[in-house]
Amino acid sequence: MAKPKLDQSLIIQEALKALPSPARRLFLKRTLTLGGLSLLSGCVITDEKSVERMLMKVSLFNDDVQAWLFDPNQLAPTYPDSMITKPFPFNAYYERWEIPKVEGEDYRLEISGLVADKHSWSLEELYKLPQTDQVTRHICVEGWSAIGKWGGVTFSTFLKRIGADLSAKYIGFKCADDYYTSIDMPTALHAQTLLTFTYDGQTLPPQYGYPMKLRMPTKLGYKNPKHIVAMFVTNTNPGGYWEDKGYNWFGGS
Amino acid sequence: MASNNKIIHPGWLRVNHWINLIAVVIMVLSGWEIYNASPIFDFSFPKQITLGGWLAGGLLWHFAAMWLLFFNGLFYLGMNLFSGRLKVRFFPIRVRDLLSDFINAFKGKLAHENLAEYNAVQKLAYLFVIVDIILLVLSGLVIWKPVQFPLLREFMGDYDNARIVHFIAMAALLAFTVIHVVMVALIPKTLLMMIRGR
Repeated sequence: MAKPKLDQSLIIQEALKALPSPARRLFLKRTLTLGGLSLLSGCVITDEKSVERMLMKVSLFNDDVQAWLFDPNQLAPTYPDSMITKPFPFNAYYERWEIPKVEGEDYRLEISGLVADKHSWSLEELYKLPQTDQVTRHICVEGWSAIGKWGGVTFSTFLKRIGADLSAKYIGFKCADDYYTSIDMPTALHAQTLLTFTYDGQTLPPQYGYPMKLRMPTKLGYKNPKHIVAMFVTNTNPGGYWEDKGYNWFGGS
Repeated sequence: MASNNKIIHPGWLRVNHWINLIAVVIMVLSGWEIYNASPIFDFSFPKQITLGGWLAGGLLWHFAAMWLLFFNGLFYLGMNLFSGRLKVRFFPIRVRDLLSDFINAFKGKLAHENLAEYNAVQKLAYLFVIVDIILLVLSGLVIWKPVQFPLLREFMGDYDNARIVHFIAMAALLAFTVIHVVMVALIPKTLLMMIRGR
């Protein structure tokens, strides 16, 4: 029997039209791949979108639960210098050679949103703020952890200095490596949340986020932005690079 | 045999059992996906048998099914404690009974005429899995919220150690499940009992 000829390029075109945006498709595919399980059990989840929606709803609910569990007075454990992990791992969504090169002299930290003083900060100005340091455990969402020592200004001090509306809900960050993320105000005001300029007593090296990293021992690694170039105070959740791909927004420890 | 018509597993328990199975399967398979992102030991789980497709997916499933496991487990414990079922079905466990039941089990002579009563080995195994799931929940809480639960964190020996506890408790749960399923296969009417109650 002669098979009817199929125009492959036409079929692909049709199929592409039927697909939603590629990113969304990828997320769906990745999240809902049941591997051999669906084959073994003979059941296939037919309504992938409703499952995805349900999972995202629970993730939003988990944000609320975490905000409720968060105790502003509960401190993360600190460790002696002898326990610092050496070498401290480099971690980003890109490779080492893609680490952004920020020129310290030209650098300005931009401030916007619900703040009284919106002037941009030079590093010199930032270094003049009262500095402190702490040795805490950095926990990655992947499961590994490492202990490091970061130094800088307590973030709440900085927020008060710029006259931020402390009753606002979120603070968003934009970074030199196109990374972005956002945090809740209670975490921003936590005593151990530092805007850091040093690592282990040295100027923050490029691989750890020069010129500055927001360090929060009460949040997972991906919530701690590096190479910050702009921050803004807002009541609209700005999301984040990983968060918008399906990682939990609150990401608290 | 009159006892054949008597309900041995009440309805709430049967529903509870099967919900627990669903929760455990999701938790274990998505847990393997999460484990693979940063393996503690020198191996990873085959991708085909993990749930979630990638780390974020595994986490979404894990942190959704945890509520099912948690509240279903809480309901089980509550019902057992307040109905007195815990005391009636699981206690006392006598060492002598344990030994003789173990020996009989290996000889293939364990008595099953009266399924309304657990033998000593069963009592121990079911109590073990209850404690094991509690340990899974507690070590999971430390991994999720090491800062917010300081006492629990110290009890587990800090964050990294909690991951190892969580893994071992998972392995123990699997070991229990294998034996549990083998025993059900050997005495199929126990499966019927968990479906229709008698």
